[in-house]
Amino acid sequence: MTDRELKLKSVLLRKNLLKYIYKAKAGHTGGSLSCIDILNVLYNRVLKVDPANFRTPDRDRYIQSKGHSVEALFVTLADRGFFPESDLETLCQYQSHYIGHPTRKVNGVEQNTGALGHGLPICVGEAIAAKLDNKEHRIFTLLGDGELPEGSNWEAILSAAHYKLDNLYAVLDNNKQQITGSNSEVMNTDSVREKLEAFGWAVREVDGHNLEELEAALNNGPFEKGKPNFIIAHTTKGKGVSYMEGVIKWHHGVPSAEQFELAQKELDEAGALI
Amino acid sequence: MELDIIEEKDLKMGKANQEVFAETLEGLAAADRDIIAVTSDSRGSGKLVPFGRKFPSQIVEVGIAEQNLVGVAAGLASAGKKAFAVSPACFLTARSLEQIKNDIAYSDNPVTLVGISAGVSYGALGTTHHSLHDFAVLRAINNMMIVAPADNFETEQAVRFAAALNKPVYLRFGKKAMPFLNESNQEFEFGKGRIVREGDDLTIIATGETVYPAWQAAKLLEDTHGVRATVVSMHTVKPLDTELLDTIISGGKPIITVEEHMVNGGLGEACASHLFQKGARNPFQLIGIPDEYTVTGSQVEIFNHYGISQEGIANQAKVLLKINQ
Repeated sequence: MTDRELKLKSVLLRKNLLKYIYKAKAGHTGGSLSCIDILNVLYNRVLKVDPANFRTPDRDRYIQSKGHSVEALFVTLADRGFFPESDLETLCQYQSHYIGHPTRKVNGVEQNTGALGHGLPICVGEAIAAKLDNKEHRIFTLLGDGELPEGSNWEAILSAAHYKLDNLYAVLDNNKQQITGSNSEVMNTDSVREKLEAFGWAVREVDGHNLEELEAALNNGPFEKGKPNFIIAHTTKGKGVSYMEGVIKWHHGVPSAEQFELAQKELDEAGALI
Repeated sequence: MELDIIEEKDLKMGKANQEVFAETLEGLAAADRDIIAVTSDSRGSGKLVPFGRKFPSQIVEVGIAEQNLVGVAAGLASAGKKAFAVSPACFLTARSLEQIKNDIAYSDNPVTLVGISAGVSYGALGTTHHSLHDFAVLRAINNMMIVAPADNFETEQAVRFAAALNKPVYLRFGKKAMPFLNESNQEFEFGKGRIVREGDDLTIIATGETVYPAWQAAKLLEDTHGVRATVVSMHTVKPLDTELLDTIISGGKPIITVEEHMVNGGLGEACASHLFQKGARNPFQLIGIPDEYTVTGSQVEIFNHYGISQEGIANQAKVLLKINQ
């Protein structure tokens, strides 16, 4: 896949996730749009995973701690061939496995997440196991900035540094907003870089919508031998749809028919410029 | 005064079940490098100090951080390790309950959760250190087996079964030395109650460290009144051995349940629910820790206070059997 095709993929994935949120009349729209570029780069440039044989022991792990942005994950997995995209027609319907948070019933999903502050501790266990077995695969998680106040994250952050887990990569979708308002209003998590460095992690900051920057960070670790890797991806909630960007109500807002058409039109126009 | 219920001369005394847990795990770890103990500054109370010395690469210490303990164990298990997450039952099943529910049970990561010093083992350390809720909360979680072995034999078997199970399971151990309740070493199986004494006049169903006082009560009843009780070690609280319960119903004889757990949501209510739905009309008494501010004292004093004792259980049996003192 060329760099241009990768950029077009981001547009397609945005269109798709909005399509299924619109159909299901439910979803975490703003956060899915803020993290979709990260997922695009992970699944198309970084992760060594095989859709046809997903549970091979040496695969790279991706555990989505911010489980509520499941629509971004589902459209990315479908696009990579983990399951037919038509399965997403059943999103949030009776007896569908495609529910509002990731579950292992869906091919490609590592862990059942949704409650916040759970991804990182599991990744620490996966990373310790890989070290014990001298395996080369890497462990990735995606954290939301709104979930940083969960104490379990900080327990895991301590232990990852203690065990020198340089095979572990935590990406922070730093869109700076959560359901009630801005992070700084709800619970200030400023100075994340300084906090993580003080806890013994190696930290990089990237533009979370710049695919080259994301790929460079995700494929050039470990940043420091013996230190777990933390990537602060500066993102915009609702990215790619003008009326959603930075507007809190789109945390889990569902577009009307007119809004949906406008979003698709804007994304088509953005795609035409690539 | 330190009362001690262990004065039985007829039974061979063993060790604390959590000691046998640690010894068994050590034996398993020697042959299987995928056995990993995960501890939260709990290797001392979990009797795992020798384990840590022998197998330093098979013990993962997370510090006093029980949520991380369970999450890390889930990750290890997901990567193919046989993870035993060991922590005092009071913290393991409360502080990290959400990790147990989601990361172990819901995600089906085959971790063995080991609750040590369970129930009121910590005695006078108080309610913060008691686990009188663990059966109730774990019973309400799908894909979670609950096992409270009564003696060293059941403990060793349970640890071996858990290591081979490849499913989530909670093992609950106390720290008091336990006698061997039945030296015949009858087969042990998760989900199958073990009959440690046989009789026709009533049945006492107990679990964990309360099986011993139940056994003692049965002996007292026989010695003093010629009443013969069946005593069941219902080591597996979930899934409950409903087949055995169905056989107990027939004859309509009294049934007593005994547990080191609050009366709400534990073994007794689990049995009662099944029995009632089967139309049982047997006289029934549930013995456990009542829903009140728990009396202070040692484990034995708390047991005696609430009738989880030879005398207390025998007295309840006499009430159900309508035997005058």
